[in-house]
Amino acid sequence: MAETKEEKKQRIYFLIFKFSTLFSVLILAFVLLYVFLNGFGVISFKFLTSMWSHQNITEGGIFPAILGTLLLGIGVSIVSIPVGIATAIYLNEYSKNNFFTRMIKLSIRNLAGVPSIVYGLFGLAFFVSFLKFGTSLLAASLTLGCMTLPWVITASEESLKAVPNSFKEASLALGATKWQTIEKVVIPNSLSGMLTGSILGVSRAMGETAPIIMVGATFFISYMPTSIFDKFMALPYHLFILATQHSSPFAREYALGTALVLIVLIFGLNFGMFIIRYRIRKKKDW
Amino acid sequence: MEIENRIKSEFLSEKRVDGENIENSMLETKIKINNLNFWYGKKQILFCINLDIYSNKITALIGPSGCGKSTLLRCLNRMNDIIPGIVLRGQIIYNEINLYGQENNVVDIRKKIGMVFQKPNPFPMSIFDNVAYGLRVQGIKDKKKIEEIVRESLDKADLLEEVKDRLNASAFSLSGGQQQRLCIARALAINPDVILLDEPCSALDPIATAKIERLLVKLKKERTIIIVTHNMHQAKRISDYTCYMLNGKLIERSSTQELFTNPKKESTRDYINGEFG
Amino acid sequence: MIKENFKEKSIELSLRAISLSALLILIGIFFFLFVTGIKAFSEISFSDFFLGTDWNPISYNEPKWGILSLMVGTLMVTFGALMIAIPLGIMAAVYLSEIASPRIRELVKPTIEMIAGIPSVVLGLIGLLFLSPLIANIFGLSSGLNALTSSLIVGIMVLPTIISVSEDVLTSLPKEFREASLALGATKWQTIKMTLIPAALSGIVASVMLGLGRAVGETMAVLMVAGNSRAFPVSFFEPVRPMTSNIAIEIKEVVQGSLHYQALFAIGLVLFMMTFVVNFISDIIINKQTKKYRW
Repeated sequence: MAETKEEKKQRIYFLIFKFSTLFSVLILAFVLLYVFLNGFGVISFKFLTSMWSHQNITEGGIFPAILGTLLLGIGVSIVSIPVGIATAIYLNEYSKNNFFTRMIKLSIRNLAGVPSIVYGLFGLAFFVSFLKFGTSLLAASLTLGCMTLPWVITASEESLKAVPNSFKEASLALGATKWQTIEKVVIPNSLSGMLTGSILGVSRAMGETAPIIMVGATFFISYMPTSIFDKFMALPYHLFILATQHSSPFAREYALGTALVLIVLIFGLNFGMFIIRYRIRKKKDW
Repeated sequence: MEIENRIKSEFLSEKRVDGENIENSMLETKIKINNLNFWYGKKQILFCINLDIYSNKITALIGPSGCGKSTLLRCLNRMNDIIPGIVLRGQIIYNEINLYGQENNVVDIRKKIGMVFQKPNPFPMSIFDNVAYGLRVQGIKDKKKIEEIVRESLDKADLLEEVKDRLNASAFSLSGGQQQRLCIARALAINPDVILLDEPCSALDPIATAKIERLLVKLKKERTIIIVTHNMHQAKRISDYTCYMLNGKLIERSSTQELFTNPKKESTRDYINGEFG
Repeated sequence: MIKENFKEKSIELSLRAISLSALLILIGIFFFLFVTGIKAFSEISFSDFFLGTDWNPISYNEPKWGILSLMVGTLMVTFGALMIAIPLGIMAAVYLSEIASPRIRELVKPTIEMIAGIPSVVLGLIGLLFLSPLIANIFGLSSGLNALTSSLIVGIMVLPTIISVSEDVLTSLPKEFREASLALGATKWQTIKMTLIPAALSGIVASVMLGLGRAVGETMAVLMVAGNSRAFPVSFFEPVRPMTSNIAIEIKEVVQGSLHYQALFAIGLVLFMMTFVVNFISDIIINKQTKKYRW
């Protein structure tokens, strides 16, 4: 059957659309490949485990930055995950559609849209100055924690919504209270989803630079952070300075190496969470 | 003694007696619904329902889709409470207390008035844990006692034989009919006085349906059963009393035999004869 | 019974109190920005700030506080980014939702979401090391650090948002729409063009607004490739200095409590208000979308 004019048009359009999609996917592939190929040369055991050497950067490594980023990840998790999950439980299980609830939901949506640099300013004015925590791991964790909160809440809500209503009805009909139903039926069946989703949010926070510039990240400290009031090094900030302000001829190469480590860390976490989610979803029989 | 027993069995037997009056005098009212009006937001769903549910009998609620029978059923264990925006006027008296009185605890009511849903909804847990759920929720921790009640409930639900060797298997490994009997066992475990069933067989095949119908007839000896059903033949088969509803009103209520052989209202007659769905 | 009730009620109240935190943080952000930023206006006039084209707080002669160049920089990069991301994004969304096989969709969707997971510094790094020399080469410029390169990078960052949200909206349209259209003899493309996209339009616009918000707020990637010159930009080939980058560059140099410090907070406040308004509008649009097709 010959192709009508309409069908021909469709074929062309669909081809263009296919290419746009392909292009988008290729961007990801390109970024990963570029960083990998150009940064790989710098990676070595020494690079990953030594302290940073300010005089001659080829002598040192980025271990403190890796540690700083990991500590930050833990700090952000502590700040945002419990609060976020509790909020999600309230919104999904208890809240009625009233003014209060709408305000909370509006706030969450707005928080998700606030620019990261503005969070940095907030952190500076509130955690660093007003509460006098100083530029520190604590201030940075709190600042990034605020930034991650909307993400944690959204991911947790999704997970909670996925629990079928029929389970909750069955539980209530057996004389369980609302909290008992949540505790025994809703949470066990959504916790893994909530945690994996939240950790994905935390991994994004670990890649952020702008907010931590002014609340605690530093390019070089000679000691390892031992208290939450210490300044710290972090991979994204380290990479930024190397790329834009460092005078060494090796700076750019090292920046790429740092970028590679950061990407491996974040994508590793993402990948891990996807696998866990997939495995748990398979085990579920509902 | 023998004569006394014979007279007793005449009155309490399944045989139908002409007219309701003689039966009435031997009957106990388990639930009394007085002037029940129910709104969902601005829309009125139930209009001035007056109904007595008798103990140890199976009462069926029939009527076309949307007539309000499920809504009425859910009022009886206050499951409608979880929907925001509902308004209820009137009284539902159970054991001399008004279920909707201020002092009453919804949770306690549901322990005495249990419910089985249209689509079987076992928890994603083992068969054992499903049945034990209601007990654990009440704080019962004694493992032996729990095991005893679980087995007893599964037995009462005619399921024990089929699952006794795999109580730890997932509830979802059971067939649809078995899952529904599991839900019945789960409801029985907390020993409710009344069991509400909302079209319990509509998702099941005829064989599974027959098994559950037999089960219900067996259960009514110790409990009161109210069943919503789309299937008139089912109502005819197992219920003692049938209520016909239309557009939120209770049109007619009589003993099942009366309703189906000699309906008093024209609307009832039309429904039974299949004039409309 | 009473004890049980008390426990239930107190759990509910505690959860309620915790959920206030989101609102409190939002108010807190506004509060601190406002309280610090407003002080700048005791010494800088509104017209100087909003209409002045020179931003030069550390000049020897007379410090200038005009954010107009910065604002234009932000708008140029945002506009450029959307020019790239909108067509690409919508086309990809349509492809994924209507044309691609379910297997391809399952593979591609998470891949695209992973782009959103790339830290902005890393994209900025690639922009700096790869894209900007390329742009300089192609267009014969002395430097590739300009609004064009910034638009490209930010466009990439915004792309996943537009694709993701638009695809979700399209997929959620009832299949009855498609069936009815095809049953009338329309091709798939005609169905998409005449039925699905109009029906999904509000959702797609909302996705664009979300992307816009992200573009306005993007800091690091732009910082690394925008060139950051203070001059008022007149073409996309010139370096720009968006408001976000400006804050990031200068915040480490300022003295706390100084006028410069306060002025940076004032810029932060402007950014906050911009994204707030964008969010507000997209909320209204999303509301319209869900009300329109209540299926």
